[in-house]
Amino acid sequence: MQVTMTVNGEEVTREIEGRLLLVHFLRDHLQLTGTHWGCDTSNCGTCVVRLDGEPVKSCTVLAAMAGGHEVRTVEGLEQNGELDPVQRGFIECHGLQCGFCTPGMMMTARALLDSDPDPSDEEIREAISGQICRCTGYATIVRSIRWAAAEEAGTRTTAPDTEAPAAEQPAGEEPVATTTGSAS
Amino acid sequence: MTTVAPNGNRTAFVDNDRKPNGHGRMLRKEDPRFVRGKGRYVDDLQLPGMLHLAILRSPFAHARITSVDTTLAEAHPKVRLVVTGAMLAEKGLAWMPTLSNDVQAVLATDKVRFQGQEVAFVVAEDRYAARDALELIDVEYEPLDPVIDVRGALAPDAPVIRDDLEGKNDNHVFDWETGDAALSEEVFRRADVVVSEDIVYPRVHPAPMETCGAVADFDAVDGKLTLWSTTQAPHAHRTLYAIVAGLPEHKIRVVSPDIGGGFGNKVPIYPGYVCAIVGSLLTGKPVKWMEDRAENLISTGFARDYLMRGEIAATREGKILAIRTHVLADHGAFNGVAAPVKYPAGFFGVFTGSYDLEAAYCKMTAVYTNKAPGGVAYACSFRITEAVYLVERIVDCLAHELGMDPVELRMKNFIRPEQFPYRTKTGWVYDSGNYAPTMELAKDLAGYDALRAEQAEKRARGEIMGIGVSFFTEAVGAGPRKDMDILGLGMADGCELRVHPTGKAVVRLSVQTQGQGHETTFAQIVAGELGIPPQDIEVVHGDTDQTPFGLGTYGSRSTPVSGAAAALVARKVRDKARLIASGMLEVSVADLEWDEGTFRVAGDPEASVTIQDIAMKAHGAGDLPEGIEGGLEAQICYNPENLTYPHGAYICVVDIDPGTAKVTVRRFVAVDDCGTRINPMIIEGQVHGGLTDGVGMALMEMIAFDEDGNCLSGSLMDYLIPTALEVPDWETGFTVTPSPHHPIGAKGVGESATVGSPPAIVNAVVDALAPFGVRHADMPLTPSRVWEAMQGRPEPPI
Repeated sequence: MQVTMTVNGEEVTREIEGRLLLVHFLRDHLQLTGTHWGCDTSNCGTCVVRLDGEPVKSCTVLAAMAGGHEVRTVEGLEQNGELDPVQRGFIECHGLQCGFCTPGMMMTARALLDSDPDPSDEEIREAISGQICRCTGYATIVRSIRWAAAEEAGTRTTAPDTEAPAAEQPAGEEPVATTTGSAS
Repeated sequence: MTTVAPNGNRTAFVDNDRKPNGHGRMLRKEDPRFVRGKGRYVDDLQLPGMLHLAILRSPFAHARITSVDTTLAEAHPKVRLVVTGAMLAEKGLAWMPTLSNDVQAVLATDKVRFQGQEVAFVVAEDRYAARDALELIDVEYEPLDPVIDVRGALAPDAPVIRDDLEGKNDNHVFDWETGDAALSEEVFRRADVVVSEDIVYPRVHPAPMETCGAVADFDAVDGKLTLWSTTQAPHAHRTLYAIVAGLPEHKIRVVSPDIGGGFGNKVPIYPGYVCAIVGSLLTGKPVKWMEDRAENLISTGFARDYLMRGEIAATREGKILAIRTHVLADHGAFNGVAAPVKYPAGFFGVFTGSYDLEAAYCKMTAVYTNKAPGGVAYACSFRITEAVYLVERIVDCLAHELGMDPVELRMKNFIRPEQFPYRTKTGWVYDSGNYAPTMELAKDLAGYDALRAEQAEKRARGEIMGIGVSFFTEAVGAGPRKDMDILGLGMADGCELRVHPTGKAVVRLSVQTQGQGHETTFAQIVAGELGIPPQDIEVVHGDTDQTPFGLGTYGSRSTPVSGAAAALVARKVRDKARLIASGMLEVSVADLEWDEGTFRVAGDPEASVTIQDIAMKAHGAGDLPEGIEGGLEAQICYNPENLTYPHGAYICVVDIDPGTAKVTVRRFVAVDDCGTRINPMIIEGQVHGGLTDGVGMALMEMIAFDEDGNCLSGSLMDYLIPTALEVPDWETGFTVTPSPHHPIGAKGVGESATVGSPPAIVNAVVDALAPFGVRHADMPLTPSRVWEAMQGRPEPPI
């Protein structure tokens, strides 16, 4: 069958099988490999894209179902050579390590901030709870999204610090350390 | 960011975002491509004419294969190739060596030995057609009784799993012991207090978000095989392929592109990689194999699965005298443990922990069962997860018995700073440590005394709150080649550094990042030694044609081994630069002072040359000093003299719902000491990730089987990994105790949090349940299991 959809603002038409998943359509047919495929059961969310603005798991959408609709992938986040604040937030706050969950996380974050420019930490955690990250432990992802929200609101003051360095520890000297997280 | 004066120490912390030099917080060089969706992972590769491979897997845990009919699959219009175990056997490729000198079936020939085992493969024109064709292969099985419960594996009437091994008539893999049995016996006999407990570390799985996969491309014209694969050890894999497939090693190029997490899952060679190679050899086309999540969970390297009887002997005042343990280790159907050859139980010998003992002894028996192979994975540092879990649980059992505070009991027994280097009763030599300040800092950050007061109040009101402590010593950075090799390959790592004429540099590593940030931190190491900004240093890794030989990234070994190599290779370059500078400035080398990238003439501040000036001179016109070759480069192969022994103090606070028995981790304080810190931001991220593993293992994750050997955890519906809702906002701190034998004093840290956090969480849950008479409960502490414990029925999970 033939399918036509808008992907990152461009209309694309391809001949596909009816059973083809959107994630494989994007990856294998359009070579948009930023969207990843991490499970078989719709749990992991590494495949999240936006379908008419809503974050969806593209492993659980048929490519045919996206016909006539608008799809946005991570490749479409950057506009006119400018990184989206969410992308900058993930870099600034170390919200990624291996990078595999990152595109999906950022697409969800972008959708969240579009609907709620000032989410609480709890709302951020809830929003990304359909997605798994194996590397970061989530705290830096929450910080990244908060950074982007502050950036867009023009209220950002400084990048969230990682823990301040302690002094080296010659014998007998007290170590110094600070915590990170909500208290800091 | 704060800048801390170096206090006369070697290491100055600086904010690299503003002052790009050496150690300190620096944003990652990897991120710009990842946030744009421009990472290059294995499944992103699309080569001209590329075909797709899918693997048919066994539905049975144990069964004889009586026939395989591939007629229908071969007739499928999109299928190019169908291969069975019998076909591989003709080529001598049906079996391959494991990392433990056992053998493992690539495709089953005689019988299947675990559910999910590889039986046949199909190569087709697309991913979907390959899967379709699997349905068209007809395999006849004759089911056999499986061995699932490890406790019965050595029973005289147990079915023999490995009848492929000459003369094998039982399921015994190995016995191993360490420490002094007689001395331990004597100490236990005279101890005031002896506590013992059966402690299970259930089977779990690293489950990286990217599964395992490969693209094999054999070029028949020049006889060269290129294999892009999800490997943490590309060089070791290349050598093993040469041995297994009989291909000349210089005609094999293994490339690790970007890898979507490894966590030990991507150290072994899996049958799928070999199938992809065979598929490409037979079709003459590039062949891609990418497993799905179910295949990853059911067939690739599991972790843990140790049944441990722990015993601890102490005085009534709380001086720990000795620790003993008996372990039954479930290795699955093939012994695929990734560990140095002389260490069949990995580094489990460090089970004496952070304590100064009089005696210790361990006896271990490993057995085969009808399950997937593996064992060493998931940030275990070669079984140190198990070792630390055992000692930290059994110490808490002792605290409970003595009515002592668990922090106080640990403080009383710590190895003292002046005892380092400290030889443990099992023969490990800890390099350095200063444990008490680390523990004190964790206590301060957690507000430990206030927490205990809060707990007392809550208990009086019937609320269930627990506080758990763990203190661990890790052993990472394998390792000295006199003791440590993987299938004969010594565990040293090479490093090459080239400074270009314009002063930019390329450093080539033998290790392979899977998200740990090597492209950033190794540039920082070299920058710290040479004064070239890290932005001007390209880090190359993963391509065996482009990088020096070495053993790869696992066991938190990158910083201890390859990090040392990077520092030393930079110093070699600096030594050469000094000679060139002496010629340029027309002074003797003794008159030169090094100042972060510049050689200055002592007493003449105007006379100086930068490393960039020297690089141009090294490649430029004119004479160099006598005996100096042109160019500015060096290489090294670093053989570590010892492991590094980072440590940490963790405190966990849990609340348990009395109605549902659901455990909530309310707070988690982690203080880590990994010596010199190259990039605090990246270390913090490593710790956060490992703590999340800990919550997963302690409360959620388990690879379970039914009595027929069906794996019950073959998807993320059943294998539960924490999401953002199951973990707290982590609180971290650190102390710095450098490693005396490491060139920059840095120790590994990547696995510390995964090693250290499960006992803290379990200790917290058991502490919470003390009013219910609970002294121990096994992971995973799901609501149902915690509920059972509250009713006085804590059963082991396996």
